Amino acid sequence: MELIVENLSKRFGEKLILDHLSFSMHSGDFMALVGSSGSGKSTILRLIAGLDQPSSGSITVDGTPVSGPGPDRGMVFQKYSLYPWLNAAENVAFGMRLQRMKAAQIKERTAYFLEVVGLSDAATKLPRELSGGMQQRVAIARALATNPSILLLDEPFGALDLQIRESMQDFLLKLWQRTGLTVLLITHDVEEALVLAQRVHVLAPNPGRIIRSLDIDLDKTNLDQLRLSSAFLSMRRSLSATMRELEPALCLVKPC
Amino acid sequence: MTATAAAASKGRSTGLLSLFTLGAMPSKAVRGGLQVASLLVPLLLWTTIASLGLVDEKFLPSPQAVFRSLASMAESGILFQDIVASTGRVFGGFLLATLLAVPIGICMGVYPAICALCEPLIAMLRYMPAAAFIPLLIIYLGIGEEPKIALIFLGTIYFNILMVMDAVKFVPIELIETTLTLGGRSRQVLVQVVARYSLPSIIDTLRINIATSWNLVVVAELVAAEVGLGKRIQLAQRFFRTDQIFAELIVLGLIGFAIDMGFRLLLRQSCKWAV
Repeated sequence: MELIVENLSKRFGEKLILDHLSFSMHSGDFMALVGSSGSGKSTILRLIAGLDQPSSGSITVDGTPVSGPGPDRGMVFQKYSLYPWLNAAENVAFGMRLQRMKAAQIKERTAYFLEVVGLSDAATKLPRELSGGMQQRVAIARALATNPSILLLDEPFGALDLQIRESMQDFLLKLWQRTGLTVLLITHDVEEALVLAQRVHVLAPNPGRIIRSLDIDLDKTNLDQLRLSSAFLSMRRSLSATMRELEPALCLVKPC
Repeated sequence: MTATAAAASKGRSTGLLSLFTLGAMPSKAVRGGLQVASLLVPLLLWTTIASLGLVDEKFLPSPQAVFRSLASMAESGILFQDIVASTGRVFGGFLLATLLAVPIGICMGVYPAICALCEPLIAMLRYMPAAAFIPLLIIYLGIGEEPKIALIFLGTIYFNILMVMDAVKFVPIELIETTLTLGGRSRQVLVQVVARYSLPSIIDTLRINIATSWNLVVVAELVAAEVGLGKRIQLAQRFFRTDQIFAELIVLGLIGFAIDMGFRLLLRQSCKWAV
């Protein structure tokens, strides 16, 4: 799988949202786009998902231009993404049903992906009976079940409490390490991007553009240690400083 | 903290007044008692007024007289005939209106283009009183069942469409887009997600709007009918049978109430996730 984004621009009316964005991803990559609000980060994901059309530039998956949404690019939204009338297993099965997979295969894959996200015991629970973190795991399982070549995550843990968010980050990282997924993560959280991604692009707002890219080669065997390691903390400080410089002067004293 | 606790205990101590504290929830027993009182108090009042002879019996028949009249109509089979005729018209007209309104409303809610095309027309038609169509309907359709069913259809379809449309607008856009990224086609999105998500609101819409069709069936029967609850009321008036009018009114109320409960039950059974 190869995703190539080239000179991607998007306008809504007169307003330029994205300005000549270019990057590419290969199978097994985990990339994060970090930006504050107004950086157009969600727009990028929507364009790749095919939910919006670019004003100029191109997005291709394995050489084929993206023309609309499809199950080859699975997407997980921040919230409201589960079907409230279906239980966890039926939610996971929904995408496969839409594609008219065979019943036996649906059953087997549903059980498998529920297990992958650690929710086999919650199979018959309705979304409202699940915690926020469990709901997002169901949404991820549902996206994975249709066998996408890339998983697009739009601030998937943004609505969760800090502790749960950290355990979900651990979960996602392990999932990626185990399955060799290709993941494109959108977040405003510098730490989240650093913990999870191999490569991080920082977006500047108004219009959205990539201003800094870095490869993360940290030891990710133990995330709790990683979060406290000096290498991690200095990267985090550096990225946070970059992000802060982009903000209009909210405080008059410059941070040191 | 202490202030609210004090206020709460004060609210409890004043008894009856505490029922009117905003956000207060009286116990199940209290609510049940109030619900019974809601029907029992007017009935007692009616019985008292009638038995004291405060109003001429010709104008306000006693509950006993009304019950006797109800019993005799039931015995002769007239009541059953009337109920079947009237409910048949209501369900016929309302079913037609629902079958058309749900898909149209869903499409209007989902596609802004269809909404722009239909909404002005429907908004205007909605304000034409359905009863004003009766003469036209009689000219077009005669005086059989058709104009009555058509009247109920005309009187409920526009409200159904607009309320279904509003219900559909509450479907989270994320849910629709998720379905698209899972490979859903437009028809699958409309039927399996939009319609399914709005089902509780749609059932509630129908529950509210079927009341209108009860109003209209009586109007339609006043104009031209052989049988029906409305027709019977009109005949009773000619013979000054207020007891019969009261009886028919109570039957109309009870059937309406039963239909309402039926829709509530349907909602609870079919949409457990939403209640």
